[in-house]
Amino acid sequence: MRHINVNKITENIKEMCIEANHYLSSDMDCLIRDAVDSEESVLGKKILNQLQENLRIAEQDMIPICQDTGMAVVFMDIGQEVHFEGGSVEDAVNEGVRKGYIEGFLRKSVVDDPIMRKNTNDNTPAVIHYNIVKGSKVKIKVAPKGFGSENMSRVFMLKPADGIDGVKDAILTAVKDAGPNACPPMVIGVGIGGTFEKCAFMAKEALTRKTGSHSEIKWVKELEEEMLEAINKLGIGPGGLGGTTTALAVHINTYPTHIAGLPVGINICCHVNRHVTREI
Amino acid sequence: MEKYIQAPITKDIAVTLHAGDYVYITGIIYTARDAAHKRMDEALEKGEMLPIDIENQVIYYMGPSPAREGRPIGSAGPTTASRMDKYTPRLLDLGLTAMIGKGKRSKEVLEAVKRNNSVYMAAVGGAGALLSKCIKVSKTVAYDDLGPEAIRRLEVENFPVIVVADCKGNNLYETAVKEYQKV
Repeated sequence: MRHINVNKITENIKEMCIEANHYLSSDMDCLIRDAVDSEESVLGKKILNQLQENLRIAEQDMIPICQDTGMAVVFMDIGQEVHFEGGSVEDAVNEGVRKGYIEGFLRKSVVDDPIMRKNTNDNTPAVIHYNIVKGSKVKIKVAPKGFGSENMSRVFMLKPADGIDGVKDAILTAVKDAGPNACPPMVIGVGIGGTFEKCAFMAKEALTRKTGSHSEIKWVKELEEEMLEAINKLGIGPGGLGGTTTALAVHINTYPTHIAGLPVGINICCHVNRHVTREI
Repeated sequence: MEKYIQAPITKDIAVTLHAGDYVYITGIIYTARDAAHKRMDEALEKGEMLPIDIENQVIYYMGPSPAREGRPIGSAGPTTASRMDKYTPRLLDLGLTAMIGKGKRSKEVLEAVKRNNSVYMAAVGGAGALLSKCIKVSKTVAYDDLGPEAIRRLEVENFPVIVVADCKGNNLYETAVKEYQKV
């Protein structure tokens, strides 16, 4: 049994919220840099260069990369040997988000009720996903999610007969509909299988993978490559203003499913695909 | 074509802007997003005045992150314009000249743009740190209680935008995408 004081969670989450919103991980940075070379549109190239410059300014002057500093999505892989002490884990996570968003000059974008819509003024609560795993470590991933792209995400409950062609159509439909609204170049997270909520969760989690990395399953890896190519033929381009860089990566996760179903979740993320991981 | 214009923007200037123009704006613009639009619409419903005179004005769909000490504003990029579509035709009919945002607009908005010789322009989404450098002064002028959604008066210098929809009915989102479509 390993004892961990929840204060440690608060401190880490606070720092991770600030870090994620000011420093884009190097995998994303590299993909944007490569895209500048391959982009065919002159305006598209100009926009990609501006995105690079935006990242430099954010880092140097400590200005958030995007003003939509997101709703804080927190993934926690908790080793089953761990015992938390000093208070509730949920409160500790939210306290970390509160401190991070206030002390880090991040925008408070959360309303207390979807209909009454009063700003909570500290960006809480976070959306927290707990997962119990073997061992005595706690792995935390913080992924602040902006809603320009979140709003364009979809779940399709396909029929088994729709097969892989149905999946491809669903992905292309979601990306086409998202168009300029989702701040392309995008990163596309896809979950295939499971249930209604499982496919959406897999799509979200897929976004936090090292950007541009591939699934270990052969057909899934091939589908990721094929879909990236197909998406970049749509013409949407940087900022949606035309070009050959519509997506930087497609990440697909899969799970067993029911004999009667083929759920497909598509979580779209903009080029500010923020995620920070720490282990305590 | 690259153009440098002053804001507020009169209709005479707005009609000279064409889809695809790269425009640098200097002058005064106002921010308003979802909640501020809802309140403005409610005010009009009740027959009340708007908190700002919108004639010839530019509305920037933007809710900034808080400013660090010594800075006028935090990160300040555009938000998705279509969420304001429900309220926009009415504002255009009342004299609003230009909007800055990102993303597609409804048919109703595009028609109101044509009818009123107005213009819809896009700033680069997700470039909030870069765009904040073009904002020299920011002052909250209405709906302070809405926090990031309050109406702000911004003084901007060479603020870069791209004309998406002009008063002739051209729409860059449609034409530019077709040019690079390979399917």
